[in-house]
Amino acid sequence: MSTSTPAASAAAATADYLDQRTGIATAIKGFARKIFPDHWSFLLGEIALFSFIILLATGTFLALFFVPSMDEVTYTGPLAAMDGVQMSRAFASTLDLSFEVTGGLLMRQIHHWAALVFMAAIVTHMMRVFFTGAFRKPREINWLVGFTLMVLGLAAGFSGYSLPDDVLSGNGLRITEGITKGVPIIGTYMSYFLFGGEFPGTHIIPRLFTVHILLVPGLILALIGLHLFLVVLHKHTQFPGGGRTEKNVVGYPIFPVYMAKQAGFFLIVFGVLALMGATMTINPVWNYGPYDPSPVSAGAQPDWYMLFLEGALRLTPGFFEVVIAGFTIPLNVIIPAMIVPVALLGPLALYPFIEAWATGDKREHHLADRPRNAPVRTALGVSMLTGFTVLILAGSNDLIATHFHMSINAITWTFRILVFVLPVVTFWATKRICLGLQRKDRELVLHGHETGQIVRFEDGEYIEVHRPLDEQERWIRVQHDPRRPLPLLPAEDARGVRRPGYRSDALRAKVSRFFYADRVEPVTPAELAAAQAHGAHDQLTAGEHDETPAIGSSSPASVHQG
Amino acid sequence: MSDESTEVGLPVDRNRLPERFENPGLPEHHARLTDTDPAAEKRAARIITGLFGLSALGTIGALVAYFAVPPGETVASIRLSTLLIGLGLAVAFGAAGIAAIHWSKALMNDHEKVEYRHPQASDRATREEAVAMLKEGAEDTNLSRRGALKGAMISALALAPLGFAVPLIGSVGGDWNVSKFRHTMWKQGLRLTHDPSGEPIKASDVTVGSAVHVIPDGLSEVEDVLEEKAKAVVLLIRMDPRDLKEADDRKDWSYQGIVAYSKICTHVGCPVALYEQQTHHLLCPCHQSTFDIADGAKVVFGPADRPLPQLPITVDDEGYLVAQSDFHEPIGPSFWERLK
Repeated sequence: MSTSTPAASAAAATADYLDQRTGIATAIKGFARKIFPDHWSFLLGEIALFSFIILLATGTFLALFFVPSMDEVTYTGPLAAMDGVQMSRAFASTLDLSFEVTGGLLMRQIHHWAALVFMAAIVTHMMRVFFTGAFRKPREINWLVGFTLMVLGLAAGFSGYSLPDDVLSGNGLRITEGITKGVPIIGTYMSYFLFGGEFPGTHIIPRLFTVHILLVPGLILALIGLHLFLVVLHKHTQFPGGGRTEKNVVGYPIFPVYMAKQAGFFLIVFGVLALMGATMTINPVWNYGPYDPSPVSAGAQPDWYMLFLEGALRLTPGFFEVVIAGFTIPLNVIIPAMIVPVALLGPLALYPFIEAWATGDKREHHLADRPRNAPVRTALGVSMLTGFTVLILAGSNDLIATHFHMSINAITWTFRILVFVLPVVTFWATKRICLGLQRKDRELVLHGHETGQIVRFEDGEYIEVHRPLDEQERWIRVQHDPRRPLPLLPAEDARGVRRPGYRSDALRAKVSRFFYADRVEPVTPAELAAAQAHGAHDQLTAGEHDETPAIGSSSPASVHQG
Repeated sequence: MSDESTEVGLPVDRNRLPERFENPGLPEHHARLTDTDPAAEKRAARIITGLFGLSALGTIGALVAYFAVPPGETVASIRLSTLLIGLGLAVAFGAAGIAAIHWSKALMNDHEKVEYRHPQASDRATREEAVAMLKEGAEDTNLSRRGALKGAMISALALAPLGFAVPLIGSVGGDWNVSKFRHTMWKQGLRLTHDPSGEPIKASDVTVGSAVHVIPDGLSEVEDVLEEKAKAVVLLIRMDPRDLKEADDRKDWSYQGIVAYSKICTHVGCPVALYEQQTHHLLCPCHQSTFDIADGAKVVFGPADRPLPQLPITVDDEGYLVAQSDFHEPIGPSFWERLK
């Protein structure tokens, strides 16, 4: 290191000062050249992180002007359409910060767009982690941290959406109140707990404000810290490839490559959100007017991440409401608003533990799965996304009806059926597609690429010349471990004594068969040798079925016959 | 498949082949154009410099927009100010971001490096040491034979938060008088008035087929206007009396084909607002519950289960519509003790 220039010697002096007081050299030694693997899908979580930072920045701007008060005031600002209208101070200050603070509307729009992008990035990041199996040991805890962050994101979005106190958000709060009241036994008290008395009261906006700018972002910030700490501790997963193993990580160092890429990507995310805020109007509350319990507008919808709940509310038929011993239990509200989210999100949160239990897999995993190599997991994920998507569409059934001139009743009934049928169909289709892709991988490894060159032999036979895969291409397709159903030990031991724990073993074997009975195993060197020798591979791809040895499973003993 | 069929005549001895393929190691590094062509490298550096310059221009643009284009008084002028500042910001951030990424991809060293992982678990010695430390610490507490002390400590710490939680929960719900859900401000003789003007409604002015949004007379003078309005809003509809199917005990709740129903949906409480004259159907725009006004506001479609509560009405001496009483049941969404 040279200290010849003034800048360099100043830097050296600063570094020395810091190190003597903090020992920062140790941290730099550990972090500066830490390796991260490169893949576009690893950037999805960063979009979430960066939009959160942008939310903090624009949110601070807004909080300097917003007044979280439900006191009634008369509007006197520049907006002619609202002149003299009675409104809450919250709504009036929202108009003021949009119309009288230069750049205020831009910040509001960037803030709202960033919130939508934040949730979208969290969901797609979660999909990436799910479909590549990046939640497996040792990352299960971090999966739960991420899951909690998603739920907190919903809370942040909902509490922020309600703050301007316009007609739309007010009706959203009224729906919240209606759902809260539906909770058995304590519903009415829970409603008073939220609203400080009867709806709407004067407390809900100040309370949501505290939730929105202190409690939820504080928790999100703390959990992001934990999330990233665990990422550093575990080191990032990487996709399989030549030289990449479970025991190493291949990529580029933080300094300088990722510092430049991350800073650049942050700036790009900010730039794109600024462009959206500049050009795309979002939540023009001045068109809706201040909250009043009487009016409502048709075609109103919550932000996208709440649409699945809205859709569930729209689909559940009324006759589920029951009265037992004089007490009313509105299951037509409880099912969509409380049971559906738990039923959709609960298994998602617990999935890493379910899969680990079903597979009996206790090893650490640092190589990402190609989704096709875990057909049942991939199919379960697609199935869940399908249910989620049907509910989102059902939350827009009125818009579908008016845009396509269709009967709202017919649309609602169609979605009521599809929400049960489509997830099953997509599960089956996805699983088949994954198995098909795995067969294609086997085919490529065994036969090589088609070249389009036809050759005629002396004896008149025509064949197409195939070009074998190079070893890097082949490795991608053969690197994964074959996964087989867990064998089930007999219920009784050699002396005919019933084995304790047989029941749970039997259940586990059943779940394990659900995961891995249908499977295509990677090509082994022996199979490739046989194929190259004289096309004997045709016998190797005899078929793949539940009760027969899977494709490529060369040892029949490894297949459990249930 | 059987082993015989694949082994016959094979030139390779299968037993000597490994069970699995072996990792071929890192692929060969391909040089970029900027590594091999000095002109390309110079060009990349020029592009990056240019992008940073563009970013600075964007910032200048945003500042000029801030000072030169005030938001003005109209929605259009606000939009213009928003657009110009926003575009400046987008260029300032976006161009700098693209520059940084292009720099890292085109000019920075792109040789992949390898770092080794270590198992997450600590080694056996560390674990044993940790367990020993915990044991030692537990012994240092000198608690192992003092059950009463332990019990007292746990009880005290479990109780302590109550001093915080009870005041919080106790105060947060206001007066906790949830029976307010059962009543609205409607009472015998209270006039029905237009929402929001507060003008009373003459029965003779309501034409057949019309729907009127109604609030109780004197709503603006009460203390909790929004809370009372949230419960008391009513939709008034006049139809041909021959179209009206009425239950026997409700025959006198309407007046010459004029009926009044709570506007608050029995599903989750949105104001029900879309009235279709031909079918007498009333649709909630939030979740599409549909009520048949001609038939006691019964649910004909959607997620609501119960009919909208009916407000019994009549006319006073001057011919204005008035309520006979409050609603006979709680309005709005269902709750546990609704029927009690």
